Order: sequence, then C-alpha cells, then structure tokens
Amino acid sequence: MRRSIPALAATAVLALALTACSNDSGTDTSSDETSAASAEGSLTMWVDDTRIDSMRPVVEAFTEQTGVDVELVQKGTGDIGPDFVTQVPTGEGPDVIVSAHDGLGEWVNNGVVAPIELGDKADGFAESAVSAMAYDGQTYGVPISIENIALVRNDALLAETPATTFDELVAQAQGAGTEFSVLIQQGEESDPYHLYPLQTSFGAPVFEQAADGSYTDTLALGGEAGHAYAAYLAKLGAERVLDLSIDGDRAKQAFLDGKAPYIVTGPWNTAAFQEAGMDISVLPVPSAGGQPAQPFVGVQGVFISAKSENPVLANELVVNYLTSEEAQDALYEAGGRLPALTASADKVDDPVLQGFNEAGATGAPMPAIPAMSSVWSFWGATEAQLVGGQAADPAGAWDAMVANIQDAIGNNA
Amino acid sequence: MSDQSTLPEVVPDDDPGTERGRRGTRGTTSHARSIRPGFIAKLILIGTVDALGVYGVLAAWAVQSWGILAFLVVALAVANWAYFSRRMLPAKYLVPGLLFLVVYQLYAMGYTGYVAFTNYGDGHNSTKSDAISQIAAQNERRVEGSPALPLTVVRQGDDLGFAVLTEDDDVEVGTPDQPFAVADDATVEGGRITAVPGWDVLGFAEVAQDQEAITSLRVPFSEDADGGSVRTQDGSTGYVFRSALEYDAAADTFTDTDDGTVYTPSASGNFVSEDGERLTPGWRVGVGFDNFTSMVTDSRMAGPFAQIFLWTFAFAFLSVATTFALGLFLAITFNERRVRGRRIYRSLLILPYAFPGFLSALVWRGMLNERFGFVNDVVLGGASIGWLTDPWLAKVAVIGVNLWLGFPYMFLICTGALQSIPSDMVEAARIDGAGRWRIFRSLTLPMLMVSVAPLLISSFAFNFNNFSLIYMLTGGGPNFIGTPYVVGHTDILISMVYSVAFESGVKQYGVASALSILIFIIVGVISYLGFRRTRTLEEI
Repeated sequence: MRRSIPALAATAVLALALTACSNDSGTDTSSDETSAASAEGSLTMWVDDTRIDSMRPVVEAFTEQTGVDVELVQKGTGDIGPDFVTQVPTGEGPDVIVSAHDGLGEWVNNGVVAPIELGDKADGFAESAVSAMAYDGQTYGVPISIENIALVRNDALLAETPATTFDELVAQAQGAGTEFSVLIQQGEESDPYHLYPLQTSFGAPVFEQAADGSYTDTLALGGEAGHAYAAYLAKLGAERVLDLSIDGDRAKQAFLDGKAPYIVTGPWNTAAFQEAGMDISVLPVPSAGGQPAQPFVGVQGVFISAKSENPVLANELVVNYLTSEEAQDALYEAGGRLPALTASADKVDDPVLQGFNEAGATGAPMPAIPAMSSVWSFWGATEAQLVGGQAADPAGAWDAMVANIQDAIGNNA
Repeated sequence: MSDQSTLPEVVPDDDPGTERGRRGTRGTTSHARSIRPGFIAKLILIGTVDALGVYGVLAAWAVQSWGILAFLVVALAVANWAYFSRRMLPAKYLVPGLLFLVVYQLYAMGYTGYVAFTNYGDGHNSTKSDAISQIAAQNERRVEGSPALPLTVVRQGDDLGFAVLTEDDDVEVGTPDQPFAVADDATVEGGRITAVPGWDVLGFAEVAQDQEAITSLRVPFSEDADGGSVRTQDGSTGYVFRSALEYDAAADTFTDTDDGTVYTPSASGNFVSEDGERLTPGWRVGVGFDNFTSMVTDSRMAGPFAQIFLWTFAFAFLSVATTFALGLFLAITFNERRVRGRRIYRSLLILPYAFPGFLSALVWRGMLNERFGFVNDVVLGGASIGWLTDPWLAKVAVIGVNLWLGFPYMFLICTGALQSIPSDMVEAARIDGAGRWRIFRSLTLPMLMVSVAPLLISSFAFNFNNFSLIYMLTGGGPNFIGTPYVVGHTDILISMVYSVAFESGVKQYGVASALSILIFIIVGVISYLGFRRTRTLEEI
C-alpha cells in the first residue's frame, strides 16, 4: 500500500492543477445575476468595489423595464482600468464599464472603448461632465457623477471667511491660533491635484483646452504664469503653510483633531468630518494669483466596450437609461455622489455637496491623455522640490519640468 | 498500483521495498483478486481528476478557448494512460510535476519570449483587424447640425432597413442599397413608427437578436454620396454620420475624406501618413530585437539604464557580502562555548528572519521618514536626514535594511556549517602551531565555503531579483530626472521592469518581457559560473 501514497498525492495535486486550468475565466471576481436569462439577452457590467452597491438598484430597475439582464461584476478600484485594456481584445471583457474618466485617453489609444452619440441628451448634463467624456472630438461615455475638491472650513474655529485671496485666507487662519492654517495634503511627491486650484489661479493650466472643452496636448503651464506660481509655491513652503510630510492621512487627522480651521479636500473626506460631529462649510478656494482658482473635476462615467457583442442593449442601458433623471436620481440616493445630470443635481439639497458643486462649477476636467501618469510624476517631483526648498531657482526648476513633460508627451503620442 | 503484483513477470525490480511484503500473491492471475483498497482509491482519485477535467473541457468548449481545451484533453489522456498502464512506473511519479512545469513554467516562458519580440503595450493592444474597425468607428462623426431621427428597424425578407421620422413628420424608409424614400400610409404612434406597409417592423426583442447587423447597417441619407449615412446604436434613434476616414480593403489603406491624405500600414503597427502622422490604435507586430536594444539605443535611457544595471550588481553583491559577513561573525561568536545564554541570543537573532520581508520593509520605510520617522525623530534627536530622498543615502538605506532582513539567514547557515566542522581537525591544527587567524583562514573558512558557497550564489540570485524590498522600501526613488520611464536611483532591474510594464503611464509589455529575459540570462550565467567555481572548493 505504501507505494500508492505518492500516487495519491500526485493525483490530488493533478486534480488541483486541472481545476486551476478549468477556472481561468472570471477569477477573483464576484458576480451576481439579477435573474435568469431572458429573451432580450444579457449584459456584463464591470463596477469597482466602491460603486457596485449604488449601481445595483439602478440596473435592477433597468432589467424590470426592458427585460435585459445585467450581470454586475465587482473589480478592484486599481485593477478595473488595466484589466479592461488587456481583456477586451481577448473577448473576455465586459459589455459596459463604470469608471473615472481619466483613463479614457489610454482606452481610446488602445481601441477598447466604443464611441457613443448622446444627441440632445448632452445638453442636460453639466458642461464639464460631458467634455470629460470626450476624447479627440468624439464622445465615449455617459457621465454619472462629478467630484472635485474645495475649501472646507471648521465652523467651530472660524465662522466667517471674508478672505478674497489665498494670502488673506492664510493670514486669517493663522489668527485662529491653531497648529496649522490651511491644510493642503502633500507627500513625498507633493500633490499637484490638490495644488491645482492655486496653479490655475496664476493662469497656468496644465494643457490648453479646445473650443469644445477637450484638452489639446499643448502645454500651458509654462511661461511667466508658471514662474509666478513656482515662486509662490516656494514661498508657501518656506512659510511652512505647505509641508511635504503632511500627507493625506495626516492632513485629514489634523483637521479632525481641530488643529486647522481650513482644509482643501474632496467629498470623500467630508463624510468622516460630519460623522465626527464637526460643523463644516464648503467654499470655493480663494484665488492666489488673481485669476479664478479652478479645481480639477473628476467625472465618473459609463462606457461601452469596443468589442461588446450586445451593442444595442449596451446603448439602451448607457445612452437611453442611465441618462434619464430617474436613473441619476437613483444613483445619487444610493451613492451620495453629485449627479452629472443637471436636473438631478439641482434637486440635491445637501449643503456640503452643493458647496462642492459650486466650487467645481468653474473647474476643468482632469486631463485624460495617455501620457498623463508620466506628467503627474514630473509635476509632483518638481512641486516637491519647490515646496521642500531644494530648488534654489524656482523658475528654472519649473522650466526643466515643462521640458521633461513636453518630452514625455512627445515620445508617447 | 497494486494490480501490478498480479503479473509477476512484469513486476520490475525498480521498487523492491514496497513489493516485498506482498509477494504472497505471486502466481495469482485472476484480475478479480487484484482489486484492493489501493486500486479503488486510485480509481476514485483518477475518476475525480477525469470529472474535473471533463468539466474543464466543457467549460473551455463553451467559451471557445480551443488552446485550453486541447491542453486539457492531452493532459487527461496522459494522466489516465500513466496511471492505468502497467509499464509506466516512472511516469506515475513524473506526470503531475511535468504538467505543472508545462502550465506554470514553459507556457509562461514561451509567452514571455513571444511578447518580447512584439511591440505589445499601450497603443498596440490587439490585432490589426481590431485596429481597423476601431479606427473606422472612432472617426465616424455625426454630421454637424443634423437632426436626431426617431428610427425603427424594418425588414423585408432578409433585407434590413431603417424607417425614420423626418423633421417634417414624413416617414422615410431606406436600405444600404436604396437611399431614404417617403413611405406612404405608415403608422406613427407617439413619435414612433409602428407599422410600414410592405415591411416588418422589428420590436426590441428582435432587434436584440440581430445586434451586430443592425449597428453595422449604414443607410445613405441622400443620393449625394457626401451626404453621409444614417446609423443607429440603440435601434430607436438614428443620426447622420460621415466617415472622416475610410478604409480601402483592397489597398489596405485609410483615406481622409476631407483632404485625401492616405494612411498606409507601417512596420511598427500603425497606419501612417506620408508626413508621419499616425492613427491610433495600432496593432501588435513583431519588432525583432528592438525591445532588447531599446535600453541602450534610447539616449535618454542609456545613462540611467547603465546606472541601474551597475546598481543591481552592487546591490546584490553588497547584500550578500554584508549579510554574510555579519552572519558569519555572529555565528562564530555564538559558536564559542564560553558565551553564556547562547540559545537565547540565537533565538533573538533569528527574529528579523521570522517577519515577512515586505512587512519589515514597510515598517522601515516609516521609520526612515524624513520628518516623522523614528530614526530621525528619536534616534538622531530630530535631525532632518533624507534617508529615502537622497540618491546615495537611499542606497545606503536599502543595503542597511537588507542587512537587517538577511543576516539571520546567513547566521543560521553558518552556525550549521560551523558545527559540522570536526573539532579534532581544529585541534590538530592547533597542535601544529596554527594561530586563531590562521585556523580561520586556512581551515574554518574553506570548510565552511564547501557547504555555504552554493547558498551564497543562490542568495546573490535572489537579491538580484529582490523586488519586494525595493518596491516596498523606496519604490525605486528618488527618481531620475528626464527619463522616459519613471525609474529611480534605487531601482534594480526587476523593479525597473515593473515600472516599464505597469507604472510609467504608457505600458510596454514587449520591452518589459525583453528585459525579463535579459535578467534571466544574466542570473543564469552568473549562477552557472558560480556553481562551476564552487566545485573547485569541494576538492579541498
């Protein structure tokens, strides 16, 4: 009998191997089907873990209306975009994907997302939301919610904000006698996203925008305006208003602890502030350089795969159903994010979300060009050198960064 | 297996130990007798494997994965043949391992090798036919100012067509061959066409059955060829589209319908115009050895690549040297009988080895933080030293943390090797008048090296690819300025591969695969040379 022991082990192992082989589709994802297969067909929809719960009642209502089943597949927030790019060409991808818009350029460049035509429905959405769904003059998705950063005030420390410039704001905040004045989260690589309102107030947006709101790949952050902003960052760093060691978690905690009257942050943090029983107000960021301070606007959208086998059903869901007021209302009720549809957004009476909405009204969509991630890294590294005081010549450091970014875009285009 | 004993003439001598106890059955020829618990167990296990395999085959059939299907069929056949044949004794032991080897090693290696010779990556993500249909779709633009037409899909025999409600409330019907013409007596209810004489009107369910045909249907809007065509995406609304780029299948080119620019396919997998303008997306093509040479030929990358290359060697060598030196020193110290509490010391020294390496690396990252880290804040009394932000200090930090992580391993193996050196040899040397240093240099160390040298080589190979330490501790930073990939001063080759493949904005799987193969070759050659050298040590 002893001889059969290796064979036992071997077959058990082989069994495992074969199971592993036979299960290669749909690993590490959980899925749930709303009902059995129907005559109209079914759609597969990828949603990340933070949004799947708010999407579920909406697609169930869609199934009820049309008889089309929607299978929701949960993906990790970080994996959903890269997996979409690699799986669509193999035919294993979904019909529909819900995602932030800043990966759109990469998707178009890889040919994995199908253009859609919104027609007159586009007029019902916030302008920045629709332009975020466009790439190279073509529309690819339906916007569902909008997010941007704004200035959040701790009402217990300061009740009024008379400041009209960022310098006045800092001065007023310092008068409150707390450890920090205006918290803007940094990190070893700084944080160009949270600093962007200050940058645009100097008239140095990252790219030029075309007439339809979509970005061109012409850089606009250099020149005199860029130099002025670089010098201003160095000044804020020297005054310790900005500090590289205050990262996102530390900034949030300091504000929660009442160590600062102001923080520049987004709606993802305000829920925690309110749960902690704080009285907060949400305001636009005051201008530092004289022009309006525009935050980046991040737009969540729904996109259709270029290789969907159910293009008509997918369009029915995305273009015809998710653009409806009913669907956008339902998404807001379940998810609490500001709807992209103006009619639904107008009904939102939460003052905090309204505050973010007003602050974002002037905002510019986050660029979606494929080279954006190398842009972020150069941008962050240089701002870190400015804030940290390592760059002796702010204007020179800024010019070197512009050259590097230009290079990165030129080589990747 | 036990059924083998029923045929004594084939029972080989290869397995005497287990067979001996059952020789009593020798001479029995009846198969009925051969069914023993072992055979039943085998039957059940192979049956389970077969069931799972057949399930896998069916699943692969359902999703049309022919490669997986073929592999499963072959694997099942091999498994059954190996375990039920009487002549395949070695295979019974080897088959599972070989199957694993094929799935996890050969397939991965083969695919990496294939990708290394293509330009697979962002912008070259799929096949040429996908790229062509995608370029065509992306460049089909709605004619500006054209109306949104309430549309119904209609059918006549096998011909599909569109019925649209024009702005003047006329119903017009058209097919790909026949531009729109007014259809009389059509029924319109609530803004939708519900019946057209001579045509079958398709409901939503019928449209859903024929989606590909309906979305690819193009009905000319008017007699004028430049007037564009009507298409629909949802089967209920039509828009007038014009193609900004048209594909000519015969010539394999795209032509711009406005200015006549012709885009021809290039060797690098893109449609390119004469003045160099590229259309995206491109497709995957073979690029020969370009990926292998790209690091040296790109002038912006050559310098940093050389630095990373040298640093990888320096890092692997210094890691082995420092951990071995400290481990050996401690092993010799605690091998001395005069040291009290050796066991407690030894247990404590092994602790860093007991923590998961990537966890320790993360903890060290926190401790080395410039302003809040324990090292600067407490140990150095509030100093502001950029342990992870200065290029040279970051290298020192990486080596230092790896010393902390790696010396217990060296300590363990050196302790073991030291204890196996016979004490009478040391005694003999001492009688011959050798001093302590002489004994260490001429006796202990060479004896130690016989057993430790192969482990030092594997340790070198391990550190050469010590991805988790670099990734968790510094992330490769501080970054180089001006490189096309986000790579830094502490990046080693393998973390650079990761950055090229996934982190640098534009993913380049081809280049990353080529670099992996280069790393494999380097590690392989070094290990080979190293092991050849150690053979000479054994001759002592």
